[in-house]
Amino acid sequence: MGGRAGFFEVEILDWETKKQLCFLDKVEPNATIREIRLMFHKLYPRWYPARQSIKLDPKGKSLRDEEILQHLPVGTTATLYFKDLGPQIGWTTVFLIEYTGPLFIYFLFYFRMTFVYGLDERFTSSPHPVVNLACICHSFHYIKRLIETVFVHRFSRGTMPLRKIVKNCFYYWGFAAWLAYYINHPLYTPPSYGKKQINFAVIMFLLCEAGNFSIHVALSDLRRNGSKTRKIPYPTKNPFTWLFFFVSCPNYTYEVGTWISFTIMTQCVPVGLFTLLCFIQMTIWAKDKHCTYLREFKDYPSHRTPIIPFLL
Amino acid sequence: MAPSEEDGGGNGAVEEKEKGKKRKLGALATAWLIFYNVAMTAGWLVLGIAMVRFYIQKGTHRGLFRSVQKTLKFFQTFALLEVVHCAVVRTSVLVTGVQVSSRIFMVWFIAHSIKQIQNEESVILFLVVWTVTEITRYSFYTFNLLNHLPYFIKWARYNFFIILYPAGVAGELLTIYAALPYVKKTGMFSLRLPNKYNVSFDYYYFLIIVMFSYVPLFPQLYFHMLRQRRRVLHGEVIVEKDD
Repeated sequence: MGGRAGFFEVEILDWETKKQLCFLDKVEPNATIREIRLMFHKLYPRWYPARQSIKLDPKGKSLRDEEILQHLPVGTTATLYFKDLGPQIGWTTVFLIEYTGPLFIYFLFYFRMTFVYGLDERFTSSPHPVVNLACICHSFHYIKRLIETVFVHRFSRGTMPLRKIVKNCFYYWGFAAWLAYYINHPLYTPPSYGKKQINFAVIMFLLCEAGNFSIHVALSDLRRNGSKTRKIPYPTKNPFTWLFFFVSCPNYTYEVGTWISFTIMTQCVPVGLFTLLCFIQMTIWAKDKHCTYLREFKDYPSHRTPIIPFLL
Repeated sequence: MAPSEEDGGGNGAVEEKEKGKKRKLGALATAWLIFYNVAMTAGWLVLGIAMVRFYIQKGTHRGLFRSVQKTLKFFQTFALLEVVHCAVVRTSVLVTGVQVSSRIFMVWFIAHSIKQIQNEESVILFLVVWTVTEITRYSFYTFNLLNHLPYFIKWARYNFFIILYPAGVAGELLTIYAALPYVKKTGMFSLRLPNKYNVSFDYYYFLIIVMFSYVPLFPQLYFHMLRQRRRVLHGEVIVEKDD
């Protein structure tokens, strides 16, 4: 029956087998789900809070940490369901691993380590200046990303499943190796339009990197006070943020621009292919984000498109 | 990959979906799908008969591919339409796409392009497998659309694959393996450095990768068909693992 003197009772069942995993009595009515996760973790040490999906319905969505027990549609004896999300890894760690890989893998090819192009070509350097430029740009891009991960980004969710990172690493590291192989190859052919093409690409690259950084800073400022709620991003005094007039996710727009400029700079098909895949992936993410914005905010600017002004 | 296809029914059928609901198609779509499946059944029957006649008359498999290749190419290429059908019939575009692509690949990029392997026994193996599979499959769809499915066709579709599928894979793999020396010698379909696009492609290593990719893909498709079989023939409810 009900709790004693205003306290709640909480039973947690396995979402599949419905077996009772634990029974908590004397739970404060204003306890948060976060506190319940900590209590559950004490009973089951291997299921740390980030791995716990606690829900009201076996097939439903996971409850957020901030939810308060007495505001949930439960009686004084609450039945919650637990699902193990598997080993988790923090977003910061994920990005550090994902971005450090390509940075160092590219160097393996740039410095022509012994095993890459054969013994005759080891440690030689390319006669083409654009190859050095490409290395600088590629490294700059990933160092910038690492700095942003540590100092700029504020993540709304803490963790992701460990399995995903293996898949992601294969993809990012693999592609980095593939495109670095061709750019730094002894038989590399510089761009057809020579200096004009390269200079244009460099300028576009720098503009897009600056733009991407500006957007990340602007988004981070929206969460300056540590809140996890979403707010509508608006253009600021920084001209690079004026893309917010037209687009929901200008950071993705600038990112695609960066990779297009790198393709032009190196004139290399694998880079172009990577750019295409990035574009597809980011369009999917941008459309998702755009729909979330539209759903959450009634006054969201209606003329904005997800990633490309007026088009997509 | 020798496709005795994927999820319950596949192309051109009024589906027996997971919950046993029948899906309704418009009259025009149904008419077209019936025509398509009848035509494909007939086409593969003609191909099968031509193969049998050739073997009876000549007593050998040498030259068999050359004699049937036009019919094979026509009907196998026509099957590209099935990817479009997915929009109507609600089969996975990805699965159908992969199945049809692998067939097109075998016909055009292996058998047609590498003439030296056309008289290999493995070619006859997969041709026979494909013929029996497709006749069963397309007649299954036809009768399904007409709502008059004889049990023996259903039985055939969900039992033949147990032998045919591995046999077809064996035929395809052996054919690709036989083709490797010729690919290496001629360097066909390959792009070498240096070139202004800074990319290279080696068809020989590509084929080796294709052969290795059968290892993870084949068991997945095979066990999927086995699960389908248990569900359709024995009414078992199988809980699919959600990712």
